[in-house]
Amino acid sequence: MLLLIARRLLGALPNLFGIVVITFLLTRALPGDPAAFFAGPAGTQEAVEQVREKLGLNRTLPEQFWLYVKALGSGDLGQSLSTGQPVREELLTRLPASLELVLASLLFAVSIAIPLGVAAARRPNSWVDHACRLVTTAGVSLPTFFTGLLLAYVLYFLLGWAPSPIGRLDPYLTAPPTITGFYTVDSVLAGEPQLLVASAKQMVLPVLTLGIFVLAPLARMTRASMLAVLSADFVRTARASGLSSGTVLVRYALRNALLPVITTMGMVFSFLLGMSVIVEKVFAWPGVGSFALEALVASDYAPVQGFVLTMAVLYTLLNLTIDLLYVVIDPRVRLGT
Amino acid sequence: MPSLPLLSIDGLSLQFRTRDGIVRALEDVSLSIAKGETVGLVGESGSGKSVLAYAILGLSDAAARITAGAARFEGLDLLAAGESSLQEIRGREVSMIFQNPKVALNPIRKVGRQLEDVLARHTTTPRAQLPERAIACLAEMKIPDPERRYHGYPFELSGGLCQRIMIALALACGPKLLIADEPTTGLDVTTQASIMALVKEKTRDRGMATLLITHDLALAREQCDRIVVMHAGHVVESAPTELLFTDPRHPYTRQLIAATPVGRASLSDLASIGGSLPDLRRGDLPACRFSDRCAMRSPACAAPLPEQRGEARTVRCHRAAALEPSA
Amino acid sequence: MKNDTPVAVLAAAAPANMLPPPARKFWSHARYVLSDNPVTMLAAGLFAVFVLLAIAGPWVAPYEPLATNVGPALSAPSASHWFGTDALGRDILSRVIVATRIDFVIALSAVLASFVTGGLLGACAGYFGGWLDRIVMRGCDMVMSFPLFVLAMGIVAALGNSVANIILATAVVNLPFYIRVARTEVNVRREAGFVEAARLAGNGDARILLVHLVPNAMPPMMVQVSLNMGWAILNAAGLSFIGLGVSPPAAEWGIMVAEGAGYIISGEWWVALFPGAVLMLAVFTFNLLGDGLRDLIDPRRRT
Repeated sequence: MLLLIARRLLGALPNLFGIVVITFLLTRALPGDPAAFFAGPAGTQEAVEQVREKLGLNRTLPEQFWLYVKALGSGDLGQSLSTGQPVREELLTRLPASLELVLASLLFAVSIAIPLGVAAARRPNSWVDHACRLVTTAGVSLPTFFTGLLLAYVLYFLLGWAPSPIGRLDPYLTAPPTITGFYTVDSVLAGEPQLLVASAKQMVLPVLTLGIFVLAPLARMTRASMLAVLSADFVRTARASGLSSGTVLVRYALRNALLPVITTMGMVFSFLLGMSVIVEKVFAWPGVGSFALEALVASDYAPVQGFVLTMAVLYTLLNLTIDLLYVVIDPRVRLGT
Repeated sequence: MPSLPLLSIDGLSLQFRTRDGIVRALEDVSLSIAKGETVGLVGESGSGKSVLAYAILGLSDAAARITAGAARFEGLDLLAAGESSLQEIRGREVSMIFQNPKVALNPIRKVGRQLEDVLARHTTTPRAQLPERAIACLAEMKIPDPERRYHGYPFELSGGLCQRIMIALALACGPKLLIADEPTTGLDVTTQASIMALVKEKTRDRGMATLLITHDLALAREQCDRIVVMHAGHVVESAPTELLFTDPRHPYTRQLIAATPVGRASLSDLASIGGSLPDLRRGDLPACRFSDRCAMRSPACAAPLPEQRGEARTVRCHRAAALEPSA
Repeated sequence: MKNDTPVAVLAAAAPANMLPPPARKFWSHARYVLSDNPVTMLAAGLFAVFVLLAIAGPWVAPYEPLATNVGPALSAPSASHWFGTDALGRDILSRVIVATRIDFVIALSAVLASFVTGGLLGACAGYFGGWLDRIVMRGCDMVMSFPLFVLAMGIVAALGNSVANIILATAVVNLPFYIRVARTEVNVRREAGFVEAARLAGNGDARILLVHLVPNAMPPMMVQVSLNMGWAILNAAGLSFIGLGVSPPAAEWGIMVAEGAGYIISGEWWVALFPGAVLMLAVFTFNLLGDGLRDLIDPRRRT
């Protein structure tokens, strides 16, 4: 099994390499003088020359690439012009906010999609089934930015149930001391329940928005997978053995049905990471996405590049986790069919 | 029969609601199994044999509806019983084994654990002793190296081994009736023989009744005390085995026997049965569903089939008396 | 007597059937599926409406989409302005109608580009195998290592804000799907009987690919096209929403929602809602159409 894990890890390396190549190429694709881009609109002639030297734009492309890789290796992602901080610092500070949002949305989506899909599969053509189908078809049609605005309008403006969409925490409160960077977790660790509630409330709208979008493919896959499994021979054997409905449903049917659902997670993560940018903009969430957007508006290019790189690496790691999860839970993969 | 039958199916009729109409899958089916008896249920594919078995245990498809009849097991009508009562009976009093054993077992759960699930459900074995008992069940089915097999997954095991495990699952809690639905289809000939030998041995040792469902008439002749012949959802004939083969009364039975390879008969000696099963969605199905294919058909055959008479032998055919006894 | 041959006799007997048999069967099957599935009919109808708007938009719109102050700024929906007006006094209904064209053109161009390019690349990779296959697959993997929207963002940010770049970015991001589908379909049929026959008859590789294999790969790719159109529109609108892509004062659904976003909190809901709702409807139409197409082509894959 260790061999399988090692093989999966090695398999991720070409992907990481490819990511580096593409992000590099994107910078060289900038129209005009890349050095001017990185030096910024306010850059003096000297600054532009400095950048040109640093990026090695006077040298051959392979040499430039090597310089780029070396810089990455030492963790140098360039400088943000708008904030004056190294891009790496900014990204690291803001990453927990994005991660908290993404993980909470995933949790929300999974906790609704899976029971919904299972219920729909158990009672085909019932109202639950039709509701599930409606959710899945409508869910993938909803533009995230629109859902976010709609939810903000209805739940905040009209009904007053949700707090104002102005970020992670009410401006009158102070954030808990940073341990994980997740406000919810840190509040618990610092023993401040009111902060936990406050930060959780701020998360409601963004999590709903992001979660609804990925709810659809998850529910659809769960339903389809469960339908197939419930009519499988081994489920019939389990029922014929007199096992209780609960055991048959969970231990026999669901566990098998979840395997294809886990495969869908790759696509789900792609949506989550991509759409988180939009959600961060709509709800003024201070994550890496909004950082990149602010930089973009200011023609500050290094943060955007760093952002793309970070998201891609994160995505690759998440996919790797899914692969490894599969190795662990499916004996057919583990023992090799 | 001197004692009350273990299982008594009485006039069972079952329909499926489908997109294309109502399929009258079973009509007025009656059969009984006595304690310790091995009964063979034979017929072409599509004759309703498996449908009947599933109906008995309440495992029918959601689209199925029982429109008449009862299936009494030790006096309790299984068709009227609720799901929780049925869950008590399945696996403990009445068990079932299926064809394609490799896919009939949970692919991601160790076979030993699957045995434990059944044992935990129906017996009071303390949890710590479950693995031991599971291994004992495997050993009883003549599975070599049972401690190792316990940890195996179905995909790692051969078809024959999987079938033994399924039999172990079915017999783990000592049922009184075993329903075997085409247990040897898909297995090679030697494995077939060893599986049937195993079933026969266990049946004998435990005084268990068996309902053997098969399309293989030769197999049924070898293994069964009595045979029930089905065609298109009807029971057409039932008789003690040897009697059925020496003196088949129903035209369909005769053709089935003629189509069964026996001994060194060559393929050219076999007679195929003309026509095909009637479309069970038709609203105008004749009283005798074999009449459209039957060489002996007469105007009298349009009348409703004769009631089952006698226990030892039943023939549901108006022309049975007209048939000469075959050689 | 050539008129006695069976083919000639049949042809003479059925002059009304102009389509060759396979196509005729397809359309009658199509009619059957459509009539069996009212939802798909509805989607087809909506699709037709959108296409009409895309073509005839500027003539149907009641006001000039770029004209400011045709009504009081930020006025709610009324008889003269069904969708209300925005902060610059522009009529929202007209802008929404005209935006159909931009979004459809973007989506269509992008999907067509990736369909053709991806289809050809995938077919060649599946047919020739070897290093071409490996390179193409590696390329696909590289593109797919990025969350799709993030890659699109990166491309447009690097190349500059323009409609052409949105089309390029969307096309690039969608390429891997088409490549994979085409590759699989061609791979599966590569050793098939009819291909062998064509080869033996002296057909070159290019001809075999284009005339025999690619048409067989079309059906699954067509299903992909419809589903992709919906996603391409969302992508384009999303990019515009965050400021990458179509620039103001152009009328595009994403930009309009962005322009209206600030007013949601203060209660002027119509500025963002109408463009967003129409956008949603368009995407929904394509998704339903895609599902219907999938049922048409392969009912076994119905979910």
